[in-house]
Amino acid sequence: MRHGKLSSASPMALRRYGFILSFLAAPLVLYVVFVIAPYVQAFQIALTNWKGISPDFDYVGFENFGKMFADDVFWQAVRHHGLLLLVMPLATIAIALFFSFLLNIGGGQANGRRTGVRGAAFYKIVFFFPQVLAVAIVGVLFQAILRPDKTGVVNNALGAVGIDPVGWLINPDLALWTIMGVMVWQAVGFYVVLFSAGMSSIPSEVFEAAALDGAGRFTLFFKITLPLLWDTLQVGWVYLGIAAFDGFALVQVLSVDRGGPDNATTVLPLEIWRQAFTFSKYGYASAMGVALFFLTLTFAVLTLRVTRRERIEF
Amino acid sequence: MTNTPREITRRQMMHRLGLTALVAGPAAGLLSACATSGGGSTAEPTASAAGGAATSASNPFGVKADAPLEVVIFKGAYGDEYATKSHEPLYAKEFPKAKITHQGIQTIAQTLTPRFAGGDVPDVVNNSGTDNLDTGSLVAAGQLLDLTPLYEAPSIDDPSKKVKDTLVPGTIESGLVGDPAKPYLLNYVYTAYGLWYDAKLFEKEGWTPPKTFDEFKTLADKIKAKGIAPYAYAGKNASYYQYWMILISAAKIGGNQVLIDIDNLADGAWTNDAVKQAAAAWAEIGKYMDKSYEGLIHTEVQTQQNQGKVALYPSGSWLEPEQAKDTPAGFEYAMAPTPSVSASDAMPYEAIRAIAGEPYVLPAKGKNVNGGLEYMRVMLSKEAAKAFTEKTKSLTVVVGATEGLTLSPGTESVVAAQSAAGANVVTWSSFEQWYKELETELRKQTNALMFGRITADQFCANMQKAADKTKADSSVTKQKRTA
Repeated sequence: MRHGKLSSASPMALRRYGFILSFLAAPLVLYVVFVIAPYVQAFQIALTNWKGISPDFDYVGFENFGKMFADDVFWQAVRHHGLLLLVMPLATIAIALFFSFLLNIGGGQANGRRTGVRGAAFYKIVFFFPQVLAVAIVGVLFQAILRPDKTGVVNNALGAVGIDPVGWLINPDLALWTIMGVMVWQAVGFYVVLFSAGMSSIPSEVFEAAALDGAGRFTLFFKITLPLLWDTLQVGWVYLGIAAFDGFALVQVLSVDRGGPDNATTVLPLEIWRQAFTFSKYGYASAMGVALFFLTLTFAVLTLRVTRRERIEF
Repeated sequence: MTNTPREITRRQMMHRLGLTALVAGPAAGLLSACATSGGGSTAEPTASAAGGAATSASNPFGVKADAPLEVVIFKGAYGDEYATKSHEPLYAKEFPKAKITHQGIQTIAQTLTPRFAGGDVPDVVNNSGTDNLDTGSLVAAGQLLDLTPLYEAPSIDDPSKKVKDTLVPGTIESGLVGDPAKPYLLNYVYTAYGLWYDAKLFEKEGWTPPKTFDEFKTLADKIKAKGIAPYAYAGKNASYYQYWMILISAAKIGGNQVLIDIDNLADGAWTNDAVKQAAAAWAEIGKYMDKSYEGLIHTEVQTQQNQGKVALYPSGSWLEPEQAKDTPAGFEYAMAPTPSVSASDAMPYEAIRAIAGEPYVLPAKGKNVNGGLEYMRVMLSKEAAKAFTEKTKSLTVVVGATEGLTLSPGTESVVAAQSAAGANVVTWSSFEQWYKELETELRKQTNALMFGRITADQFCANMQKAADKTKADSSVTKQKRTA
């Protein structure tokens, strides 16, 4: 009886699991080959003096890491990531929240429902535009916008009101902030859409009830919208944090002498690229890559732990 | 806007997004992770594999007639038409059965580094541009071919002469790499460095290129009064144009030994008085530069010069062909030597840096190594050199290859400067190729010096520190030169 049951169920199970497995296998193989394996290999290369131009290398233990911790440029880059991490996600989320609140809820009541400001649908599309552009194009665009002489778009406008051209990218004290501004500009649109989706899934009864109790826009935002949007915010924060550990393309295209002036804008991905492709130090570059991996991982894990809250079900 | 049934799916989606974010990480993690491919797959040296044919007077390297040849050309200021329309057809005339593959690209290092690592390399590489291959490391790894057989082979134009006797003196020496030094680079283009200006504009205004730095400052005031920038270079991507000027001035003050010491990472080479004086003199000129030039790229500044907004611009003789499309009628390029710093300079004002530049290399593990040597022999024929000069408005290292050619104004001024300089030639700098890390630091320090963030003394101290760091770095292969 038992035996018979097994033998009759087995082809069914096989077919079912085979079906599922066939879906899982391809992406899993791709993921292992193109994501996991290179990561593992980076750890391996970090322990070698591989120059990247011949298949020969020697294992040098942790020598690359020792050099890295003594490298001023490495610490400069890490400091820049710290600053990016403090400012960029916060600024982006604040601006995106403000816009999406206006676009979805801030407009007042119409037919008993809360709506966005007039033209909300149009603004939503406009805000999303930067997201559609490739980073390289954004970089080239901002090259023209931020040109340090009078022909730059921003400096031209400033010139019209009698302000001398500002060296957005050539003033070492200003350059990183300028690039941060571009990053925020590029990111805001996506988070407006993300937060809008989050807000539109909050039941309107909640808002109506609060409004009946006399809550103004300010109270609505801080007491209703923000708490109910917490999950989405958390994801946005992780995303932006990881973006703060990148910045390669914008710095590469926009900054003076790739990371300058005087290393004022350099970031780890750029240093990794330089060590590998310019200095032929793939081993050292991989050591920096490993450091970056752990920095990013630590950030993501910390964020998810620290921001964990009780979920509100609705 | 509400009551859409997406509560559950949304939360699931967000959860998944969060997970992906965790493992995906920034893109750069992947950059560093490309391929060691196990590490053991050393490519077989195929130097002799394609050399099946016998050698003869017309085929001194014994190239197999039907062996394909792959040529990679840096498509920069010179374009690659000289290769596709002249050099490669000339090679094909000798070996009609050989299939020639041509690639004209700008990112030499990014494109070819993986191929060197994998052992599948082209036969001829024009290793030039901002992103060129680190030849020092390539030589150390045994990836490049010693070109001695090429220079010892008979010349195409006159078989009684060896190739080495048909070249401008110093050409072979400029391509020495490694320890012991061997000629691995064929520097094909005769390049002169100096200050470039519009001869017509200077004539109209009654200006003459300055012979001393005092004259330079006086002239700069006059030019500034006309609303023109007296001097400019592009800090964003071409600060090396400026450090060339500083190095040339240093050599003029203290002799070529100053630059040789720098290449040899000699103790105190950068804190040498000649380097200090040169840096200080140029920093004074930097004060005439608008700060915005640090944020512009070379073509932007060069176009400004074509528009009459910049008077003097530091560059090499590729400038005229590079700007050919933007140069308006009535603009005539001319080159002047860098001004003398003091009356006690080791070299006279007329001295210029004129060297063989634009390196071509042959990968040692190419599939048609002998074909590569023959391709270079073809390049060094008068016919090929003449075609190069015609197409690129630039001189080659081949002696007498301009006979019967009408030269452009800029090239003519280079020829004049060359004869005025005579034997007073400022030597090249090898550290730019040998020690990329030091070179990168020099670019940075040059901008800091010229845009007034550091003094000449700090400049020298910072560079000495960087040179000492390179010297102490065991992972960098050290090289020496004697002349």
